Formats: sequence, C-alpha cells, structure tokens
Amino acid sequence: MYHKTTGYKIFSVFNYIILILAGLACFLPLLHLLAQSFSSKAAIAGNLVSFWPVGFNTNAYAITFNNSNFTGSMMISVMRTVLGTLLSMTILTTAGYALSKDFRGRNTLMWIFVFTMLFNGGLIPSYILVTSLGLKGTLWALILPGAFGAYNLILLMNFFRTIPKALEEAAFIDGASFFVIFRSIYLPLSLPGLATVSLFIMVGHWNSWFDGLLYMSDPADYPLASFLQTVVVQTNAQSMAMSQSEVEAMAEQSVKAAQIFISTLPIIAVYPFLQRYFVKGIVLGAVKE
Amino acid sequence: MVGLVMAFQDYKPWLGLTGSTWIGLDNFQRIFQYEGATQAIINTVIIAVSKIVVGIIVPIVMAILLNEIRHMGIKKSVQTLVYLPHFLSWVTVAGMMIDILALDGGLNTIISNLFGNDPIYFLGDPSLFRATIVVSDLWKSFGFGMIVYLATIAGVDPSYYEAAEIDGATRRQQIWHVTLPCMMPMIIVIATLNLGSILDAGFDQIFNLYNPLVYSTGDIIDTYVYRSSLLNGQYGFGTAVGLFKSVVSLILIAIAYRLAYKFANYRIF
Repeated sequence: MYHKTTGYKIFSVFNYIILILAGLACFLPLLHLLAQSFSSKAAIAGNLVSFWPVGFNTNAYAITFNNSNFTGSMMISVMRTVLGTLLSMTILTTAGYALSKDFRGRNTLMWIFVFTMLFNGGLIPSYILVTSLGLKGTLWALILPGAFGAYNLILLMNFFRTIPKALEEAAFIDGASFFVIFRSIYLPLSLPGLATVSLFIMVGHWNSWFDGLLYMSDPADYPLASFLQTVVVQTNAQSMAMSQSEVEAMAEQSVKAAQIFISTLPIIAVYPFLQRYFVKGIVLGAVKE
Repeated sequence: MVGLVMAFQDYKPWLGLTGSTWIGLDNFQRIFQYEGATQAIINTVIIAVSKIVVGIIVPIVMAILLNEIRHMGIKKSVQTLVYLPHFLSWVTVAGMMIDILALDGGLNTIISNLFGNDPIYFLGDPSLFRATIVVSDLWKSFGFGMIVYLATIAGVDPSYYEAAEIDGATRRQQIWHVTLPCMMPMIIVIATLNLGSILDAGFDQIFNLYNPLVYSTGDIIDTYVYRSSLLNGQYGFGTAVGLFKSVVSLILIAIAYRLAYKFANYRIF
C-alpha cells in the first residue's frame, strides 16, 4: 500500500519529471539537428533555431543530394551493409549451428574464437594484414575483417541451444540430413535471434567509419560514415575531390545537419524492429541458467 | 597477427618484416620514456575508470526509478527514447555534440540564460575535456546499459515484495532490501566484466571529439598509437604500444572472467 503515502506521491512526481527529462535529453539533440537542417543560414548564424525550423527551406537537402561524393559514399555504405550482413549471417548461422552440438574439440575451437574477441594484435598489424592480403582499397576490406564476430556467434549459438533436442531427433528418424534440419527446423525457430543479430550487424556496418578512413586510399571510395567523419567532424574536406565552392557549401551548418540527419535515417527506420528484438537478444546473452 | 613482430623491430615499410632490424624491447622501453605515451596511458585509465563507475551506477539507478513508473505509456516511451542514442554512430553523435557544445551552442545558451556566466568551452578546455567525454558517453549508453538491469528487476519473485510489505517495509526499504540484493549477482557480473576495458577509453568517441588543445588530458592509448604510427610512420613503436595494451587487457579480462565465474557463476558459453 506504499503508493498511497504522501512521501511516495512526492517521490513519484519527481520520478516522472526526472525520467521524462532523461528521455527528452536523448531525443532533443536529434530534433535540434532536424530543425537546423530545414532552417535558413541567417537564422542558424543568429542562434535562433532551437527545435523548430526558422526560415523553412529545403536547400540543405538539395545541396546534399546534388553532391556526387555524398550519394556515392551512401551507395558504398548500402553495398557494404547488405553484402556484409548476408556474408556474416551465412558464416555465423552455419558455424553457430555446428558449435551448438557437442563434439570432440568443440571447447578448444570455441576458445580460439573467444580469444579473437579478447585479444587483438592492434591497429598496425591489422592494417598490414589487410594490405598484404591485397584487400586495401576494395569493398572487401570493410566486410571481411569483421565478418566473423565471436560475440554474435555466441549469441546465435545460445539461441540454437534453446531449441529442444527432441525436434532434431524426430527429424533424424524421418531421414532428414543435418542440412535439412538446419534449414527447416533451426533457422525458422530462431527467427528472433536471427533478426537481433542481423540488425546488430547491419547497424554496425552502417555506423562503422574508421575502417573506411584506414583502408580506402581514394576518398571517393569512402562509405558514408567515413565521408561524414572527414567533412562534418574533421572539416577536412580538402582531401575530397571537391571544388572550393562545393567544400564551402558542404561545411554550412544547415547542410552539415542535413547530412548527419540523412545518415541516421536508416537507423531510425530499423529502430522499431531493432527494439522489438534486441532486449530479448541482450538478456539472452547475459542471463543464463 | 604476424605483424606483431614489428613491436620488436625498427620497422621500415620498404624493408618489410624480414628486412627490418631487430631491436628487442627498445620499443617497449620507449613507452615509458616518451612523455606523450605515459600521459596517454594515464589519461586512458582515468577516463575509462570514470566511465565504468558512472556507467554502472547511473543505469542501476535509472532502472530502479523506471521500474517505479506505473503509467505504461510513459514507461515505454522513455525506454524507446533512451535506447536510441546507443545505435547512433560516434561520428553522428560527435557531429551533433560539436555544434551543441560549441561556445555559442545550445548547451551554453541554456547555461548562460540560467546562471548568466561566460560560455564554457567544453571541448577545448583541458580541465573539462575528461568530464565532457564521460558525460557524453553516459548520454549515449546509459539507456542501453539499463536493459539488463530492468530484465533482472522484472525477474524478482513478487512474493518477496509481498512478504516485505506484510512486515511493514516502506517502498524505500523494499528497494534497499529486496530489489538491490536481487540485482547484486548481475551487478557483480557487469562490474567484473568491465574490468577488462580499463585500457579502453573509447577510440571512436575521443578521436571524433578531441583536438590538439586537449591532448594533455584527452589523448588516449588508441589515439596516440594512431598518430604516432599511421601519421608519423613509427610503425614498430605504435605496434608495441598496441601490443602492450592488448596484453594488459587480456590479463585483466582473464582475471575478470575468473572472478565473475567464482562470485556469480557466470560463464560466457
């Protein structure tokens, strides 16, 4: 009956205020960004824009989409996200299925994979490796190094382990092969798990920027996140193949805001799906019997 | 990982791994001789430890507070909003932060309207940079950190609360004596596993937010490696610093997993 006492009611009021403020704090910066992207140059310079566009116009978006560097890097991001997710999921589901079984040497194998998660050679050796494999400057430099993530493997493996063994045994008796069991029992039954992991991988690919800077020698090959890093954060657009006027146009605050906002759109678009699954995925990975 | 031998060489790209001269542990000695490198290690530990401490306490408090909200609509909306920043790239977030934290940016406008003081240079003042980093990281990640705690609270057996209420416990006492003890195993696991990231202060974040003005307090191992090796060509030295970090981290992680296994019976697979 605690929620009827005066003390608790006062606490409740403060609690609502604190949490609503926390929620707003996470969201208002994005709204501010959106407002800026639709505002006029003068309004931004005069610090008049808060959460609603002042001097509404869509010039910033026109400039952004007319810039071939921007659209080009967006295409590269889309390509790496699609290809990278498909490749990772193929490797991870098959490996996760095999490793969810008990066989001799499984633990050794598992520790080798986990070791890659705990220890890495560091920046320079990875760089030298990718270069000497001849991947530098190709899309594969962005996809292959991260294709087999041990963390995602463990998540998937744990999902597969929750599927009752009896199903598999029944299928064996009916004459199904391992591959048929994998395809028609394990994959359909672990859809939430597959969704969680593939959404994580997709977001990871879309957001990843450093590998682009590192492995792409030609700025024209930068994925979107790397492009934004150079143009918006470093404001070092000189390295890009852009004319002086283009560089100045892209450095305008409203245009910057538009670029950042466009780059977050895919994340916001998948976010509802993401939210439906990731809580389950995270909890499954963390709380185990 | 063969590239790791570079840590023991005076590596020159044109000589290759086989042609470069071996210099033993000289690179490792230099880590403790160069002022920039030792400062970077100190900065890394300070920033990472503050992030870990704040990043454990705040999500726990927020999860407990959120659990007290009865209005389902508000609870769900707050959850939706606070998880979102976790999925944004640090490039995006840095782009926003640089604008908001600028001298004439949104946060300074709010602060000077409230307190009437001079604008604060969050990203350029060495004495404030670490705090800015820790708080902005908290902004991005506290919501996501809450998930596990919320799930743990939801899993607490309701009969504990009923028993406590019959015994006349107030809500505060219930939280202190029922909710928190039930969360303890989870808190221990998270805290020990975080031990492994003591040398990981967040390259993505700092690389996008720092500038030469704040190298003295904001330069961390990873950014130092990046600058000294890829920009200045000291490949062997950069590899040595990286290897030093990896080895220390590995030892810490091994200890952390042992502790987590011992105290909370936690296993990764």
